[in-house]
Amino acid sequence: MSALLSLDNIGLEYGDQVILERINLDIDAGAFVSIIGPAGAGKSSLLRLVLGQDAPTRGQIMLDGTPLRPECGPDRGVVFQRYSVFPHLTVLQNTVFGLECEQSHILGRLFGSKRSTALKEAEEMLDAVGLSGALHQYPAQLSGGMQQRLAIAQALIKRPRILLLDEPFGALAPGIRADMQALTKRLWTEYDLTVIMITHDVSEAFSLGTRVLVLDKRRHDPHAPNRYGATAVYDLPLDKREAEDPDVSNTIDEIRNTYQDTTHD
Amino acid sequence: MEPSESKDTSLQKGPGRWVNMRIGRSQRMLLGAIPILLVLVIYLIAASQRHAINPSDKLLPLPGAMMEAMSALIFQPDPLSGDYLFWSDTLASLRRLGTGLGISALSALVAGLLLGILPPVRATFGPLVTSIAVIPPLALLPILFIAFGLGDTAKVALIVIGIAPVMIRDVAGHVTALPREQIIKAQTLGASSWQLILRVALPQAMPRLIQATRLALGPAWVFLISAEAIASDVGLGYRIFLVRRYLSMDIILPYVAWIALLAIAIDLMLTWSSRRFYPWAHGADR
Repeated sequence: MSALLSLDNIGLEYGDQVILERINLDIDAGAFVSIIGPAGAGKSSLLRLVLGQDAPTRGQIMLDGTPLRPECGPDRGVVFQRYSVFPHLTVLQNTVFGLECEQSHILGRLFGSKRSTALKEAEEMLDAVGLSGALHQYPAQLSGGMQQRLAIAQALIKRPRILLLDEPFGALAPGIRADMQALTKRLWTEYDLTVIMITHDVSEAFSLGTRVLVLDKRRHDPHAPNRYGATAVYDLPLDKREAEDPDVSNTIDEIRNTYQDTTHD
Repeated sequence: MEPSESKDTSLQKGPGRWVNMRIGRSQRMLLGAIPILLVLVIYLIAASQRHAINPSDKLLPLPGAMMEAMSALIFQPDPLSGDYLFWSDTLASLRRLGTGLGISALSALVAGLLLGILPPVRATFGPLVTSIAVIPPLALLPILFIAFGLGDTAKVALIVIGIAPVMIRDVAGHVTALPREQIIKAQTLGASSWQLILRVALPQAMPRLIQATRLALGPAWVFLISAEAIASDVGLGYRIFLVRRYLSMDIILPYVAWIALLAIAIDLMLTWSSRRFYPWAHGADR
């Protein structure tokens, strides 16, 4: 197994409701996987499984060759659409939080030289996301885009194996969104990240991803809409070589046409 | 009452509708003072009318009589005990109230955090707290007197039983309602359950606890005065109920005003401390 993250025949059910079925996925280190699909196709459920917030009903998830425990951990960082940062901590305190938890188990706070080292690391991280001018502000004083920058810095300081983004720019204005996409792309290269991003913006999925995954229901029973779950209906690598392949570009057009309008809530 | 021409000029010029009127700081002070002054004036008129008919009227004493009666309690030691009664009453009541509020706030913080963030604790103790909260505390007063005697313990216990369950439920509800995303995020940053409580839940529960304490202040006074009225030998409530036998409105009214003043002062102190120590929780009006 060379893949960083591998999902083997994953299924997820809540009672009678089948959310996901037969998901097989190997994600290599350094990949940027975009996941799109219509609302209710289980995009966020899949993310919750990888995050460890939920356990799959079937199948197994392996991270670095070891089975994943159904619990969140510092090897998987996350940025949600909202509420990702702590409102009671300043920008700098938010960022240093991850280091404090790791190095001070009982107090959750650092002092002396350890503290200054951690603060320095946090400041560098904030500089990388362009927040060095707002170190001592509270999140409520920041714009939506700046809050998401903070959420990314906060996650990256832990150097996670995988960074999970759950519609991270969904609530932002178009101009800000473009800035954030550029930032994400830059950080992905600079920090050798492996990213899984959920989005309902199809062009964003193609412009950022090295691989695009489309979740949808293969079968649909109108009398029992919950009978069948969603699975990966397209799994498209977007390496440069393959992008020139006419088959791939046809598939891209197909996905754009099918999902451009359906993915909005 | 419709906005008349003369009233409009005292307010800043602006939109015509009442809901859109802006009121400046000094105007707000002025407007707020009017009804209070009005009540005082009405009282004075009523009191002087009664005294015109009967100079020894006790029901609506004039300010002079109140000051005379109060100065005896404030400045002169009681011939029996040697205490300055007004001050020993105030001190005794504040001590009971403070102890009760303190114990309640502390237990609301600890229990609220644990109930709010740890599902097993919530499942185990949630129903107990809810059932204690619905018992009318005064119904328990006889039990408290039997169990703790007639001293301060029973009075403090009444305050705690009266307000702590509501405060616990409030804080626990607030902690439970913290966005799930925050709890998940903290875990992906490596936080343990303990660190989650200490660094994420506790600081965010504090402003809510102060708010809950402010709201509990009213009931706390009710329970304190009730307990003091029934069995005590010192305290603001005790004094009011003692002098009631002699129809001493000249003592009762200043005492009530004093209690109101103390309550407002405590409330202002709590508001100030919340703004001072948790500025992020008051973002909208910073």
